[in-house]
Amino acid sequence: MRRVALLLLAAPLLMAQGKPVLVPDVSQRQIDIAYSFTGAELLLFGAIVFPGGRLPVGDKRTDVVVVVKGPTQSIVIREKEKVAGIWINAGRLRYRSAPSFYAVASSRPLDTLVDARTRAIYELGLDSLQLSPASAAPSDVQDRFTRGLVEQRTRAGLFYEAPRAVEITDGVLYRARVSIPARVPVGRFTAETFLIRDGRVLAVAVREIDIRKSGFERFVAQAADRHEVLYGGAAVLLSVLLGWGAGRLARG
Amino acid sequence: MDIYLPIANLSVNALVMIALGAGVGLLSGMFGVGGGFLTTPLLIVYGIPPTVAAASAASQVTGASISGVFAHFRRNGVDTRMGTVLVIGGVLGSLFGAWLFRLLQQWGQIDTTIAITYVLLLGSIGLMMLKEAVGAILVARGRRTAPPRRRRHHPLVASLPFRMRFYASGLYISPLAPLLLGFFTGILTILLGVGGGFVLVPAMIYLLGMSTAVVVGTSLFQILFVTAAATMVHATTTKAVDIVLAALLLVGSVAGAQVGARFAARARPEYLRLALALMVLLVAGRIALGLGWRPDEIYAVELAS
Repeated sequence: MRRVALLLLAAPLLMAQGKPVLVPDVSQRQIDIAYSFTGAELLLFGAIVFPGGRLPVGDKRTDVVVVVKGPTQSIVIREKEKVAGIWINAGRLRYRSAPSFYAVASSRPLDTLVDARTRAIYELGLDSLQLSPASAAPSDVQDRFTRGLVEQRTRAGLFYEAPRAVEITDGVLYRARVSIPARVPVGRFTAETFLIRDGRVLAVAVREIDIRKSGFERFVAQAADRHEVLYGGAAVLLSVLLGWGAGRLARG
Repeated sequence: MDIYLPIANLSVNALVMIALGAGVGLLSGMFGVGGGFLTTPLLIVYGIPPTVAAASAASQVTGASISGVFAHFRRNGVDTRMGTVLVIGGVLGSLFGAWLFRLLQQWGQIDTTIAITYVLLLGSIGLMMLKEAVGAILVARGRRTAPPRRRRHHPLVASLPFRMRFYASGLYISPLAPLLLGFFTGILTILLGVGGGFVLVPAMIYLLGMSTAVVVGTSLFQILFVTAAATMVHATTTKAVDIVLAALLLVGSVAGAQVGARFAARARPEYLRLALALMVLLVAGRIALGLGWRPDEIYAVELAS
């Protein structure tokens, strides 16, 4: 909160421009995954600085949309079909880059704020994600797979929309909570804030958040990746010692 | 009590995992099986990715078999010569299995293959065990006389070349037969995370015709080394061994196994075998239903390599 106060003090310096400016921040620039990690809650907040320091007059509301995206991944989507009585993976489509996490919070439902074209340009909303399939497939097939991806990730809590989750106080301060589930991959996340008025995006600001494993979890993940033989040996040794030890204890 | 699994990349309830290990350990102590055939499907049902489940369940079987191997060594119940041949076959099989695993993963058919293999194996072995156990119970109740026990190996086994003597097993057969048997169970260990005891023991009795005194000890000996090798193979190829998950399962299962062994000492063996057969069939039936039911997730997302 001290940061917000500082930003507000600096606000007059930023007010010379003609357009409103966003001054965003996040509660955590870095999220550490430790043994008890069950997800995190990010608080995204900031100030809207209007030119001249005056709130615009008129009945048009100013809205804020916050998008948090996880690192992009190259993925394969498989579609199950019933073949000879059992469900097996039949179709597949590759995507060169798809966000591993996507959450959008807004002060009002997105479709009441901007039209479909603007949503597509800024990737606002789950139906406006720009995913690029790497394989050539008819557009109806692509749409089907993309919907499948969005549904699957929505159920896993990795994609979601939270209309009305952004609170705006007195037209200048906004805040939104975005929860990040434990299943997210590590890497660099971005929090984009959009200032929208009268169907147009007036300002965009981006903050970055690093999610990484820390302490023991980091050590284990690195060991498994870089020292495979030692790591496998440790797993075997652990099982042998525990099994043998329990047998000894039981025999007395 | 939630705990984050660093390789599976998700958090699980530690107490649930320990309880799962304890339940499987209890059964493994009672029935003398590793219990991998229960651990892997249960982990998948819980939401652990199938690869991580199979890779981490193998190390639980290692822990479950070690004290059994020592116990059988003390009463000379291990044919180390036969065991060594089986282990060599098993290690080769696990390397082949790793190759097969990657191939099936690329085709996107690994999950279906795991499920179908479970259904076929558990279904057929469960039925065999059920028939045998019901027969034994009828004999025990005096309604039927025990069939004469033939201890001979299968004619196919007898026709293989390079015969050698396995004194403890009382056999003079070609080492190719146990080598192939070990190879087959090695593949199963990698794909399914099972020790393969439920395949090895009947095969050693009915195909190889080994002396029953060394069958269980020798199969545990093979399972111990092959699951350890499978853990190493998974650690170096799929990198899916989650040591935290393995530790949780192990803590539960080694404790459960000791309790189960006490139970087993008091129960009648033919009823234990009947219970095991029914349980195996139940697991097979549940997986078979899962194959036919419309899955919740029609679409699956995986990382492209």
